[in-house]
Amino acid sequence: MNEHTHKQFDTEMEAIRSGVLSMGGLVESQLRRAIALLDDDEDHDAIDQVGADEKLINQMQVNLDQMCSQIIAKRQPTAIDLRFVLMIIKIVNELERVGDEVKKIAYKAVQIRGADRLSRVRHYDVTRTAERAREMLQMALDTFARLDAGSAAEVIDRDEEIDAAFLAIMRQLISYMMEDPRTITAALEIVFIAKSIERIGDHAKNIAEAVVQVVKGIDVRHATAEQIRAEVAEE
Amino acid sequence: MNFDSVAARPEAGAQTRSEAPPKMSCHKLDFFYGKFQALKNVELDVAERRVTAFIGPSGCGKSTLLRTLNRMYSLYPGQRATGEIMFNGQNILEPGVDLNMLRATVGMVFQKPTPFPMSIYDNIAFGVSLYESLSPRDMDERVEWALTKAAMWAEAKDKLKQSGMALSGGQQQRLCIARAVAVKPEVLLLDEPTSALDPISTAKIEELITELKQDYTIAIVTHNMQQAARVSDYTGYMYLGELVEFGVTDTIFLKPKKRETEDYITGRFG
Repeated sequence: MNEHTHKQFDTEMEAIRSGVLSMGGLVESQLRRAIALLDDDEDHDAIDQVGADEKLINQMQVNLDQMCSQIIAKRQPTAIDLRFVLMIIKIVNELERVGDEVKKIAYKAVQIRGADRLSRVRHYDVTRTAERAREMLQMALDTFARLDAGSAAEVIDRDEEIDAAFLAIMRQLISYMMEDPRTITAALEIVFIAKSIERIGDHAKNIAEAVVQVVKGIDVRHATAEQIRAEVAEE
Repeated sequence: MNFDSVAARPEAGAQTRSEAPPKMSCHKLDFFYGKFQALKNVELDVAERRVTAFIGPSGCGKSTLLRTLNRMYSLYPGQRATGEIMFNGQNILEPGVDLNMLRATVGMVFQKPTPFPMSIYDNIAFGVSLYESLSPRDMDERVEWALTKAAMWAEAKDKLKQSGMALSGGQQQRLCIARAVAVKPEVLLLDEPTSALDPISTAKIEELITELKQDYTIAIVTHNMQQAARVSDYTGYMYLGELVEFGVTDTIFLKPKKRETEDYITGRFG
């Protein structure tokens, strides 16, 4: 894309772009810490760090929203610039919500420590699904960094995998609870964790869809991965 | 917009025709200032009872295009247009067209307000009396009607005998619009009607344009892109005498089809 006649406009657009990238980077590392906690990492500082990250993420959301409002007020962006600013506002919102989910996961992970009867589900299935959600978030952020609508469909495919994994975890937990009612308390906490992971997948998907909207100018929310592939392939 | 409507969107490409019925249709329109070609093969429909805006950098031909639509250029030697502009079943570029009648049917308002040095009342009555002979009472009604249409009646009704030159710039421009409307034209051509006005007067004129399109077909040239986005139904982007892109305004300002258009409206031009 060529530069704007107003160079300052370019500087402002670059500032919101890199702001989203640092916010995304922070959310992703926060998620890594939460996954370590799920996996019984003994690092007790991690939980404090997750909480501190979440506060910082909230602050970044406020700052970036303000920068976007300023650009709209001063520059009255149109076409690709308008779509870009609107996308940033959307993505910032999605990232902030991921931050909230990560915090929930971390706190619940600490609560269920020592629930030995469920350690298999917890260590194996939940942690693995959380790791997949993290990869998916990373892919969505790459899609944004490169404004690459082509890879958006892959992110959306991943979301379907995570939804399937969530249902599998639910089925497993239900069997545990039926077999041994002493597992119910811990199993319910794991349900919440799994739900948070599933929501992270949804947010990553929304980020990828927002990128398609910027690049292609079409709204692909509620479309299937196949429809998106077809739209993105069209020139 | 849902996905289905996205999937069913029209083919990408140079759309030069509007979906509303055309009031004026340009076909293979070329225009020359002496040897210099200012319009190149313009294909365009001006939709009936809609606002069509033309944007583009200085010298792109947008004012020239407007001036061909009522043959304003014919006042100047050495300027000529070829091709076709169909209006009410007639090609107005053909010789033998009654230019006075054409300009009464296709009215024009210019960048700088140009009230006649006479009273507000006479500013309006003068043009009407050239085409119609009305009784004093009918003329009073016509003046009131035109000033009301131009959102001027409340301000002007107590000073109809005062000079039009004594009004503020914004009021003068609305007086000029009233004057154009008074002869009951079918089409109104507005050449940068607000570029000399303050934001409040500009807002009033824009509001007026939206009102007037209930009854009239309007074509507007503007350097203010946000104005084109606000008031028009269709927008054409012109560059070096060519109509680069033409389409529904909502589309042009969100996702234009051509890179040149996108560069211009996002301020990446030149």
